[in-house]
Amino acid sequence: MIPAAFEYYRPTDMAGVIALLKEHGDDARVIAGGHSLIPMMKLRMAEVPHLIDLQAIEGLNGISIAGGTVKIGAMITQHEIINSAELEKAAPIMKEAALQIADPQVRYMGTIGGNVANGDPGNDMPGLMQCLNAQFHLVGSDGDRVVDARDFYEAAYMTDREDDEVLIAVSFAAPIGGFAYEKQKRKIGDYATAAAAVQISKEGGKVGAASIAMTNLSDTPIWSEAAGAALIGTACDEASVKAAVTAMLSDIDPTEDNRGPVAFKRHAAGIVLGRAIARAWSRA
Amino acid sequence: MKDEISREERVAGLKGLGCSRKRVEDARFTQGKGNYVDDIKLPGMLHGDFVRSPYAHARIKSINIDAAMALPGVTAVLTAKDLEPLGLHWMPTLAGDKQMVLADGKVLFQGQEVAFVVASDRYVAADAVELVEVDYEELEVIVDPFKSLQSDVVLREDLVADDGSIPNGAHGPRKHPNHIFTWEAGEEEATNQVIDNAAVVAEAEMYYHRTHPCPLETCGSVASMDKVNGKLTLWGTFQAPHVVRTVASLLSGIEEHNIRVVSPDIGGGFGNKVGVYPGYICSIVASIVTGVPVKWVEDRMENLMSTAFARDYWMKGKISATKEGKITGLHCHVTADHGAFDACADPTKFPAGFMNICTGSYDIPVAYLGVDGVYTNKAPGGVSYRCSFRVTEAVYFIERMIEVLAIELNMDPAELRSINFIKKEQFPYTAALGWEYDSGDYQTAWDKALKAVDYKGLRAEQAERVEAFKRGETRKVMGIGLSFFTEIVGAGPVKNCDILGMGMFDSCEIRIHPTGSAVARLGTISQGQGHATTFAQILATEIGLSAESITIEEGDTDTAPYGLGTYGSRSTPVAGAAAAMAGRKIRAKAQMIAAYLLEVHDNDVEFDVDRFVVKGVPERFKTMKEIAYAAYNQAIPGLEPGLEAVSYYDPPNMTYPFGAYVCVMDIDVDTGVPEIRRFYALDDCGTRINPMVIEGQIHGGLTEALAVALGQEIAYDDMGNVKTATLMDFFLPTAWEVPNYETDFTVTPSPHHPIGAKGVGESPHVGGVPCFSNAVQDAFRPFGNRHTNMPHDHWRIWQTANNLGMHD
Amino acid sequence: MSNKMHVKLNVNGEDHEFLAEPRELLIYALREKLNITGPHVGCETSHCGACTVTMNGKSVKSCTVFVAQANGAEVTTIEGLGNPDALHVLQENFKEHHGLQCGFCTPGMITRAAKLLEENPNPTEADVRFGIAGNICRCTGYQNIVKSILSAASEMNAAKEAAQ
Repeated sequence: MIPAAFEYYRPTDMAGVIALLKEHGDDARVIAGGHSLIPMMKLRMAEVPHLIDLQAIEGLNGISIAGGTVKIGAMITQHEIINSAELEKAAPIMKEAALQIADPQVRYMGTIGGNVANGDPGNDMPGLMQCLNAQFHLVGSDGDRVVDARDFYEAAYMTDREDDEVLIAVSFAAPIGGFAYEKQKRKIGDYATAAAAVQISKEGGKVGAASIAMTNLSDTPIWSEAAGAALIGTACDEASVKAAVTAMLSDIDPTEDNRGPVAFKRHAAGIVLGRAIARAWSRA
Repeated sequence: MKDEISREERVAGLKGLGCSRKRVEDARFTQGKGNYVDDIKLPGMLHGDFVRSPYAHARIKSINIDAAMALPGVTAVLTAKDLEPLGLHWMPTLAGDKQMVLADGKVLFQGQEVAFVVASDRYVAADAVELVEVDYEELEVIVDPFKSLQSDVVLREDLVADDGSIPNGAHGPRKHPNHIFTWEAGEEEATNQVIDNAAVVAEAEMYYHRTHPCPLETCGSVASMDKVNGKLTLWGTFQAPHVVRTVASLLSGIEEHNIRVVSPDIGGGFGNKVGVYPGYICSIVASIVTGVPVKWVEDRMENLMSTAFARDYWMKGKISATKEGKITGLHCHVTADHGAFDACADPTKFPAGFMNICTGSYDIPVAYLGVDGVYTNKAPGGVSYRCSFRVTEAVYFIERMIEVLAIELNMDPAELRSINFIKKEQFPYTAALGWEYDSGDYQTAWDKALKAVDYKGLRAEQAERVEAFKRGETRKVMGIGLSFFTEIVGAGPVKNCDILGMGMFDSCEIRIHPTGSAVARLGTISQGQGHATTFAQILATEIGLSAESITIEEGDTDTAPYGLGTYGSRSTPVAGAAAAMAGRKIRAKAQMIAAYLLEVHDNDVEFDVDRFVVKGVPERFKTMKEIAYAAYNQAIPGLEPGLEAVSYYDPPNMTYPFGAYVCVMDIDVDTGVPEIRRFYALDDCGTRINPMVIEGQIHGGLTEALAVALGQEIAYDDMGNVKTATLMDFFLPTAWEVPNYETDFTVTPSPHHPIGAKGVGESPHVGGVPCFSNAVQDAFRPFGNRHTNMPHDHWRIWQTANNLGMHD
Repeated sequence: MSNKMHVKLNVNGEDHEFLAEPRELLIYALREKLNITGPHVGCETSHCGACTVTMNGKSVKSCTVFVAQANGAEVTTIEGLGNPDALHVLQENFKEHHGLQCGFCTPGMITRAAKLLEENPNPTEADVRFGIAGNICRCTGYQNIVKSILSAASEMNAAKEAAQ
């Protein structure tokens, strides 16, 4: 498994990155931790004549929490997410999800930017970003822009990002209430058979707000607005959880693979979501 | 003599048989100083890489190597046309078939070797592979052996005569162009008669899925042809280096003394490294052609797609019994999917290996086994993955048949086993399918196991759980997996076991040095089993020198005596026996030397731990160290100087290790996720050489059993594409998915082995697979399950629950 | 190929400089350019961990790092953990508790375990199992590996206490 040859660049500022992207168009890709891209290159499923390493760019590896907003630089690794005490306090679902990604070595290298920007439906952070209603911060030759995570994903490996744009950070309002990231997988290192991200807030013993997103059950992450809505105003009882699951099931569209046939995946999605809601509610 | 240490201290000082001696191999492995084949780097060495077929069945219309050859750094691109003049475009397989080294006109499985690129480094080689243009014409693909036997599509045109007739194969008549052999054991008519008239009959059809040994190190070789001296040196991942040398000599025409085959450290074998693969041949040819060393190491995808699958047996069984549960007969038919070439690694006379051990641990009066081998568009192989030849299949079959019969009889499966065990006093026992079991005490082992886990208590708990489930109080069911296995290992007696005509003896050569240390060389090769530690222990006890003073060497055909290698748990039963016998020859000569030195008659001295003493006068003795020194430095009338011995050991019989396993499992019926709560393993491998190493082997074998039972498979789609070619999809469990195991033992020595040892490395895999599978199936038994096929991965377990209406 | 770059690596405390194509993988650079053959290649898709080294303080799978990315990095391999005269506590404990068989996964496993204990000196059994879940062993079933690591942890802690 040897990748094709490429030119390597390690610019020290974002202007340098953008200039290279502009010059080489879709012949160029940026690389952060590389743990999605490098295996694809080794299998020669991704041809990248120009590889732009972001490791020397300053300002991409901070976590800031201010005014109720959490902002995470694109180069922050899963390992750093797990070990950030302030992030755990502000958005504990981040740690719970990150611990379920891949394995320790991969988490040292894998970044949030790479995880969300790659568009791989198997990645966990995109679903989580849907749940948190995050914003993705992009810079490009036409300037900076902010895209809602919920508008970012178009199809597998297809996103709203332009070829000459770089995702530099994600941000979201610090979530309130209970949370859960529930993932069924075959083993450590596997993608989800089904995974659910849930945030629920409680108001007067009832669900005040609820946000639900699913991973690896369609060619994009799925934010199920209807599933969340089914919970609001209820006591999160069996019937409303069932309604949420039913709503979620009409939003997902899983395909058969080695993890199982569609019927199983739909069943597992329902179970996983039910458990995630129960855990989130118990923490709300 | 006053300061004489005690006899116990002298025994302990030997670090001999029975102690948990720490491994001598570990110093280098823990410091990263192992020497594996990919660590070998020779001056001027080139790298080889394969162009492989993306199709499972296609005609090759043309191969264009021009662009690849034009790439700077590329030395050669070999195709079948280049190998044909040397007669090396095809090679014989271990099973009496032949296999393409490089595709000759067509390809028969995805990943098949089409061309071999030789280049200055691995990067250039990989680039050149991309530049070789192959024009394929796709043909109809057959991945189902039953369809294959009905199909008009001929997979192996080379095996059909010009007039369309089907010549016999290596194992007799063939019924269809895609049929390889029919192999039978036992009496079919008598068996059918018993089954037809029996009070109770249980039937089951089971598929033992295709999987792969997948050692962490893939296969590879480095060939170096020294044209000046006419010598070929071949380093590689070989579980049987001497066999490789002989095959290499027969194929290449280079005389055997001019070939040196070396197995360096091997990063796990598990059967994957028994066969001879096109990569080995191509590295040799490339070195001969280029005159410089050539390395070939496959990557993981190539490993999973092309070298050495295991299992792929479709088994159909009938078992009959009296109403009381006494088994009266067993009928088994197997449709064996061997892939595109019959490359199974079995002794020549056993095209289905020792599948005829499928009567298991039970006294079954009459039985029949029929096996039909079939060609399909899948990779060749059929190796014994951590088992003796097809023994996992056999044990899985009988341990499932027992469970199904227990359901039919409405009887507890533990009780059913007890009723039918071969009794201690029946050994040596000749089974209905021919094997003579050497020794066993099954009931004692079984009772110990059931008591250890509180079997009755578990059954009571399970019954409560079933009720709780039915009341809707839990969504988890509980399974109790049982298995009692008897293996047949230590191939084997030369009278009935050979590979490519070479008898399956093994060997040990010992040289004692004047100062009382020693080197011993054997025909086997460790792949993690710790031979350098354990063989020295056998010798220490036999010859009275500390194991710490005995170096064990294996794997270099220039120095080691001829042997058939390490697989099928044969090292201890065969080479271990050779070591003991060679040790005894040393001792016999030492006795004469001691008697001379002590000025008494030979018969007046006796061996005592580390010395010979004058009988009845323990203070008069000569230590083995003193004797060794005298052997070299003192003229002893009537004796040649020196102290050396060689033994070639042809075992009189196989050995038959056995064991009793219990697994307790909780299964979430909604997600299909199993959780192993407890696993108890009792093994009886006869005399125990090193308990620490035995325990390690059991942990490892059980983990490979867990993998196979719960998810590990080589799966194909209808187009013959491999769906599980990376470790994302091919299930190798991590520390997180694996439980702690409880180990236990009984000791029933083999009566025919010099030290009574039987071999252990594969028992836990053989016994473990049915145990894990039975646990899953037992969990669903109260809800109507009879049999479901492995692998029991999440979705299949979920499917079982779903089929039983447990999601309604 | 053509576009070789100048690469600097500090491996086990020693500076190395060499020419390499950017696409060369760190594992091959270590093994083939620097003759540091302790780390091995097992799966090539970052699942097995046989190639584990420590790079700039992180446990990484060196089969999934381009040498260009590693340029300028500090790398520690199994060869840097101990030496024949002074083995690392983990090396001692793997020997003591039969934490290895064929030895192929061992360098990556020990290198990973060293980092794990550095970050979590008092791990539970579950912490150890989760912490080495990026390293596959085909021989041992992990039981004795876990035992070796837990034993090393308590030895290291005892030594630390004694020093205080």
